[in-house]
Amino acid sequence: MRFPRPTIPIFGHATRSKPTGVLLGAALCLAPLLALAEAPPTEEVSTTGLAVTDDTVTVGILHSTTGTMAISETGSVQAEKLAIQQINDAGGVLGRKIEIIQEDGASDWPTFAEKSKKLLVEDKVAAVFGCWTSASRKAVLPVFEQYNGMLYYPTFYEGLEQSPNVIYTGQEATQQILAGIDWVVDEKDAKTFFLLGSDYIWPRTSNKIARKHIEKLGLKVVGEEYYPLGHTQFNSVINKIKLRKPDVIYAIVVGGSNVAFYKQLKAAGLDIDEGKTTLLTISVTEDEILGIGGENIEGAYAAMKYFQSLDNENNKAFVAAFKEMWGEDSVIGDVTQAAYLGPWLWKAAVEKAGSFDIDKVREASPGIELTTAPEGYVRIHENHHLWSKTRVGLARADGQYDVVYETEELMEPDPFPEGYQ
Amino acid sequence: MNAAQSTAASRSFWLGFALLAGLILLVFPVLLDSFRLNLVGRYLTYAFVAVGLVLCWGYGGILSLGQGVFFGLGGYCLAMFLKLESSTPEATAIQSTPGIPDFMDWNQITALPWFWEPFNYLPVALIAVLVVPAVFAYVIGVAMFKRRVSGVYFAIITQAIAAIMTILIIGQQGYTGGINGITDLRTLLGWDIRSESAKTILYFVNAVLLLGALVLARWILTSKLGRILVAMRGKEDRVRFSGYSVANFKIFIFCVAAAMSGVGGAMFTLQFGFMSPSFVGIVPSIEMVIFAAVGGRLSILGAVYGALIVNWAKSALSEAFPELWLFAMGALFIAVVMAFPNGLAGLYSVYVAPIFPRIRAWAQRTRGMAPSATSASAPPLAEPEVSNAR
Amino acid sequence: MFDGYTLGELGSILAMQGFAGLTLFSVFVLMALGLAIIFGQMGVINMAHGEFMILGAYVTYVVSTVFADFMPALFGSYFFLAMALAFVTAGALGALVEWAMIRHLYHRPLDTLLATWGLSLIMQQVFRSVFGAREVGVTLPDWLMGSFQLTDLIEVPINGLFVMALTFLIALGVYLILFRSRWGNQSRAVVQNRAMAGAVGIDTGRMDRMTFALGCGIAGVAGSAFTMIGSTGPTAGQLYIVDTFLVVVFGGAQSLLGTIASAFVISQSQSTMEFFLSGSMAKVLTLLTVVVILMLRPQGLFSLKLRR
Repeated sequence: MRFPRPTIPIFGHATRSKPTGVLLGAALCLAPLLALAEAPPTEEVSTTGLAVTDDTVTVGILHSTTGTMAISETGSVQAEKLAIQQINDAGGVLGRKIEIIQEDGASDWPTFAEKSKKLLVEDKVAAVFGCWTSASRKAVLPVFEQYNGMLYYPTFYEGLEQSPNVIYTGQEATQQILAGIDWVVDEKDAKTFFLLGSDYIWPRTSNKIARKHIEKLGLKVVGEEYYPLGHTQFNSVINKIKLRKPDVIYAIVVGGSNVAFYKQLKAAGLDIDEGKTTLLTISVTEDEILGIGGENIEGAYAAMKYFQSLDNENNKAFVAAFKEMWGEDSVIGDVTQAAYLGPWLWKAAVEKAGSFDIDKVREASPGIELTTAPEGYVRIHENHHLWSKTRVGLARADGQYDVVYETEELMEPDPFPEGYQ
Repeated sequence: MNAAQSTAASRSFWLGFALLAGLILLVFPVLLDSFRLNLVGRYLTYAFVAVGLVLCWGYGGILSLGQGVFFGLGGYCLAMFLKLESSTPEATAIQSTPGIPDFMDWNQITALPWFWEPFNYLPVALIAVLVVPAVFAYVIGVAMFKRRVSGVYFAIITQAIAAIMTILIIGQQGYTGGINGITDLRTLLGWDIRSESAKTILYFVNAVLLLGALVLARWILTSKLGRILVAMRGKEDRVRFSGYSVANFKIFIFCVAAAMSGVGGAMFTLQFGFMSPSFVGIVPSIEMVIFAAVGGRLSILGAVYGALIVNWAKSALSEAFPELWLFAMGALFIAVVMAFPNGLAGLYSVYVAPIFPRIRAWAQRTRGMAPSATSASAPPLAEPEVSNAR
Repeated sequence: MFDGYTLGELGSILAMQGFAGLTLFSVFVLMALGLAIIFGQMGVINMAHGEFMILGAYVTYVVSTVFADFMPALFGSYFFLAMALAFVTAGALGALVEWAMIRHLYHRPLDTLLATWGLSLIMQQVFRSVFGAREVGVTLPDWLMGSFQLTDLIEVPINGLFVMALTFLIALGVYLILFRSRWGNQSRAVVQNRAMAGAVGIDTGRMDRMTFALGCGIAGVAGSAFTMIGSTGPTAGQLYIVDTFLVVVFGGAQSLLGTIASAFVISQSQSTMEFFLSGSMAKVLTLLTVVVILMLRPQGLFSLKLRR
């Protein structure tokens, strides 16, 4: 497989067919009205003993509200609750109000497994929105496959997975990485890259894909470094970066380490906002900037599918609703938006299937479109990931991103990318 | 302890043992649905660690903050075997190197590392579950106890070892599965360990093994070795001056505790189908100490109840009030230390146990007989007023 | 790995790397000084030490927001007030904790470990309930940002210099308080021989409380300083605890000088190894070396011969 240097994204055959989009959009709008008029009887829409009554359906939310991951997962919980409330206000799903059972994964993977089993076996929930880290998803995956549940997983992640029981509403690694690197090569004429990450599977896999892609473009990786999660001293690696003088620092640092890294980078006088070196990250959303401080990361670029500042009607409504529900100073990052998609995608699939049964929802899922997504438009691929556009944002001092680029076409999700393994 | 007291203590232990056996072998399986029973199974795997901690902390005076390491080592040993079993060339055909675990393939490893090879065989893996933690404990023990490192220093160093192991396991993800751990384990020699029937059987295997561990611990404690341990905890120097090698006894009991933790880890892997580095860190290791403390650091039966009660409270509280869970857990730590240092077993021997002789005395009086002399003192489950001060 | 660099570049990097090591050294000293007093002098294992640091960091955060909202003109100087308040808050809480908890446990060091671990869980949840689960960003005054450009390659971060100066001042202050003041004499007397100290009329209970409070207060200042280089979140304190204890134990718990020396050794070896190896392995190797040395020499680098 040869990779010419592309000016547009590589997976470029995903044009959206207008007529179906409009039709489906209309159907989506009409569905609640129809449902309100006459809710189909329970024995028709639920044949496998899920928690569905004549006027309610129960779903689960499974995130960490305590422990180290609570920092990241709070936004997802908020977005999922917002989506569910909006769906309920519009009449619910198949005429039934959604009720929530929320469980705390406590940043502990065995606890995630325990709670997911509780949700599926005891509470018989119709769908679960949750998990954040790959490790928690890996821990619950066998449970969902064994007890046939449906998980809507919001985080951008490393790929290498495709389960019939999971809908991945975040981007997988290639979607996020390839477009970002192509952009920085074109726009900043980058020739050399320094890869940096926290030491676990997502940064390592992502950097592996990035390295392959960089080398395929005939460019050079001049350094690759990993630090333990929670590491707070980055002066040595900053020195290495200064010595190697890369055109691009490709940073996948996560969690509290992020804060230390960007503060120390700024203090060391490595001017990422003056064009000498470009910093491109795939791990810093608006959520993380809250902790880092906008002034420390100003001038960095991020490649992901959603930024709070996206200028479209869907997003304006979403941001307004989110702020109304969770406070004026809330910020919304990529994962938060992806979490918001979960309940809507599930609702669309249930209504298409006319049933809450997991198997029917699964069957109905591929091809489901969402024209009301804050990020614009998404569609579920056969492989349960989302077709979505990738954007590049430039960090501002106030903690928001200016969107400077977006792929023309939707990126095709490719969790097992050939030639990148 | 005179002979009469020791018989009474022995009787009360076996009575308590029978009660516990009845509880976990009969009451739980009858009363709980399969989900809750599975949870109890998980708690019981932690009880192995807690029993080990009673031996080495309560009796040996060695507080290890790294027991999670041994739990993890035992669990990983079995998980490696199960992972290799499920990574047949057919099942992993989509990989660039079929026949090796999926996470290795993701990390560009093209052949099975040498230290994985022995885990192709179940007997090796089963022996490793006991031996690997014990050997690791032996190495730590020889290095530390021979140099008379004890008390606080030992606790801090074991804690550092737990931190090192976590970073290593997470960092070497090509060989260990990294932060995800070793996941998606399905069968043991072709037997589907995820089915309901398998889970029930594994619960009973786990329960019986735990009862076995209790018998072993009891045997150790009633042997001469146990007495020496108690003597060492009281006045280590006197035991040393009496000609005993204090270090060797400590190393031995530390190894026993490690091996028990390893069995617990292996049973966890079997019942839940994965093993994760999150057991190896500092936080779970300290939590396991609190199981032993709540049960009573001098009572091996108490340790099992401690593990059951704390974990049950954790599940229940975190389902009902996720916000409150840390408050409750923190308060529990403080209360156990400040208000009832001998835990549930201490409360039992102070408040509950004295009732029995009184009842017996009352029964005897009503039959017109004089109360016997033995009713004056209750058989202690645990000696009160013992401190671990060094 | 040094192919293709000029001698000048290598020299600059060496200088920069030395500076990185010194920054790490200051961080370690700041973390460990408070603990060296509490653990080394009093023998109390305070597992909530990291949380006291984070308390200081949150105080700094609150002060910075108050200044930004009400006194933007004085924003440049908020940091000094924040540090003072961090010291007072953490110290006061420390005194309270000593009174309510620690003083009952002096003869049971392993139990203080468990009780203070419980305290750390409670403090984490309090932080989470009050400030939210997310990390908060502390805005630095302008004069603390940026760096001095010495040569083309050598740039000295100002906040790094500030942390170093602060460390020096605090270490000096601790030295003066403990070894040159009447109060310090009394405090050390209590540590060395409680009964005799009581017999000559020192209020030993009060001394314990003040010493513990001093240790916690220093942790608070350290946390305040860390907002410049690290993150402030409910669970950030736990990141520091292992390193901190190792530094103190490695130095020989009773010796303040030992703590400083061990912070120097550990920080220099870690930052050198980080330069030649990958970050994770450097960390593992540093910790491992310290543990192995401690196994060979349990009393640490410096130890006082005390008759106990």
